[in-house]
Amino acid sequence: MGRYVIRRLLQMIPVFIGSTFLIFFMVYALGDPVAALFGDRAPDPATAQQIRHDLYLDHSLGAQYLHYMKNIFIGDFGTAFNGESVTSLMGSAFPVTIRLTIVAIIFEIIIGIALGVVTGMRRGKPVDTGVLLLTLVVISVPTFVTGYVLQYVFGVRLKWTAPSVSPSAPFNELILPGLVLALVSLAYVTRLTRTSIAENTRADYVRTAVAKGLPRHRVIIRHLLRNSLIPVVTFIGTDIGALMGGAIVTERIFNIHGVGFQLYQGILRNNAPTVVGFVTVLVLVFLLANLLVDLLYAVLDPRIRYA
Amino acid sequence: MSTSGATDAVMAPEPEPPGGGEERPLLDVRNLHVEFRTREGIAKAVNGVNYSVHAGETLAVLGESGSGKSVTAQAVMGILDSPPGFITQGEVVFQGRDLLRMGGEERRKIRGARMAMIFQDALSSLNPVLSVGEQLGEMFRVHQGLSRKEARAKAIELMERVRIPAARERVKQYPHQFSGGMRQRVMIAMAMALEPELIIADEPTTALDVTVQAQVMDLLAELQREYNMGLILITHDLGVVADVADKIAVMYAGRIVESSPVHDIYRAPAHPYTRGLLDSIPRVDLKGQELYAIKGLPPNLLHIPPGCAFNPRCPRAQEVCRTDVPPLYRVNQERASACHFWKETLDDDSAPSGDA
Repeated sequence: MGRYVIRRLLQMIPVFIGSTFLIFFMVYALGDPVAALFGDRAPDPATAQQIRHDLYLDHSLGAQYLHYMKNIFIGDFGTAFNGESVTSLMGSAFPVTIRLTIVAIIFEIIIGIALGVVTGMRRGKPVDTGVLLLTLVVISVPTFVTGYVLQYVFGVRLKWTAPSVSPSAPFNELILPGLVLALVSLAYVTRLTRTSIAENTRADYVRTAVAKGLPRHRVIIRHLLRNSLIPVVTFIGTDIGALMGGAIVTERIFNIHGVGFQLYQGILRNNAPTVVGFVTVLVLVFLLANLLVDLLYAVLDPRIRYA
Repeated sequence: MSTSGATDAVMAPEPEPPGGGEERPLLDVRNLHVEFRTREGIAKAVNGVNYSVHAGETLAVLGESGSGKSVTAQAVMGILDSPPGFITQGEVVFQGRDLLRMGGEERRKIRGARMAMIFQDALSSLNPVLSVGEQLGEMFRVHQGLSRKEARAKAIELMERVRIPAARERVKQYPHQFSGGMRQRVMIAMAMALEPELIIADEPTTALDVTVQAQVMDLLAELQREYNMGLILITHDLGVVADVADKIAVMYAGRIVESSPVHDIYRAPAHPYTRGLLDSIPRVDLKGQELYAIKGLPPNLLHIPPGCAFNPRCPRAQEVCRTDVPPLYRVNQERASACHFWKETLDDDSAPSGDA
């Protein structure tokens, strides 16, 4: 187990270097950050040259990348062009997005798995068909539509919750955005659980559990669900990374100042240090989430052993 | 031609157990009918089965795949997949009470505790993600409300009883870490856990290799003697049956076609199907000859042939077999055969079996 984790961590190094270099290359190659800094006005050549030098932009791309990576390892992600350090931006953005992700994941787990179990046990019944249809609708409608609709209905019309989230973004204000963010994944979790449950209800070990005289809830939860959750856990685990980085639309709709919001701002203003810094952290989150899923997999299914 | 005529006849000659019939049987299955309602139609899997088992007695239920022997057992245990399976008629009297008339919760308390089942494929029948100890201990936790710790101690005790070496260490392991024979021992241990009065073993040794088969059967027979349990042994292996069974019920197309004490049936079968089964056993002294097999295939349960279900495959079939369902004729005090020509079949045995 320990050796496996070490090997996996070592494997992360080339993935990390490759992906960050790609982002670095794209952001720096696609535009002139100095020109973007001055907006419509043409910058004074001497000033521009000075800024370029200060930002290490007068070196080759490779040298810039090495310089950047070196700074990352001493905890310096550079400075956003508004003068705030990227690390302080992260310090304010990540806690908000992490809270949002937690809310979304909880929705996925509770509602998604519950619906999956109910539909999987009643295959072909009206409940099953209804929920299946609903998941199809949720999957096919883009997030910005569901987001605005739910915001209007619950935030503006019914006034159950604030339509936009305050800068501190406490949990109670994140319930609706969390639901919006979770919806598509929730639909997938439902379908995945349903298929898995339906497949396993006829399994021999479930029949054994019934023959042992176990109460129905124990058969379902301990024997059926435990086996059916393995693919679902994999999905939810990988989804953590996707939710953290992919909340751009949701965070815009509800005006949440999280990672998605900062990334959006950074891209819009061609603010290289912000974009590269955030994406680098997201790459790390994704890699670690994947490792965690693989380790969890072995916990859930003892037939899998890592050496 | 309906089956009801046959059913009525079947009701009468219930073979008595050896040693007088005053004692009430432990399990008495009466006129059981099970059907599967599928998209293709209604498959009549069990059509009026009667059998009984007394404490300490072993009944072997014999038959090809699809003869309804496992379905009958599932109906008795109450683990029939429903839908599509439905019990349409009959009684399952266990310790004097009809299980089919019981409420779900009452029935559940009997399952596992008073009657238990051993399945064929222990690898797929044990839960792959729970340790053997948890699965064994669960019996005590659910039925007797023991604590986790007490249940584990009981599980170790059980594993030692079925002679699994190093039980204390292996209790933490998972089913895939056991060999086939050891896994089947775990299954047996699980069935024995609460010392039930009745055990139904559904082809317990089919998935095992021959040397292990014998060990597992010996263990099962020994535990049965020790606890004086009733045992229903479902199998298609005639070799296993001869050693352990007291009586035999041969099933074909959802009916019992012959029932008899074990030794009589080997000496002289009273049904052509039984005879076919016995002739299919490969014999060392007839090496080099072609192996005998009953011609044709078991009937499709959606379209059971009229008359005797075995008639298309029977070497002895006459016109009457194609039209009239044979009742279960009483051959003697302990035997019965559902063949119009049971006398002839029985007499045949004086001549060497040479219809292959």
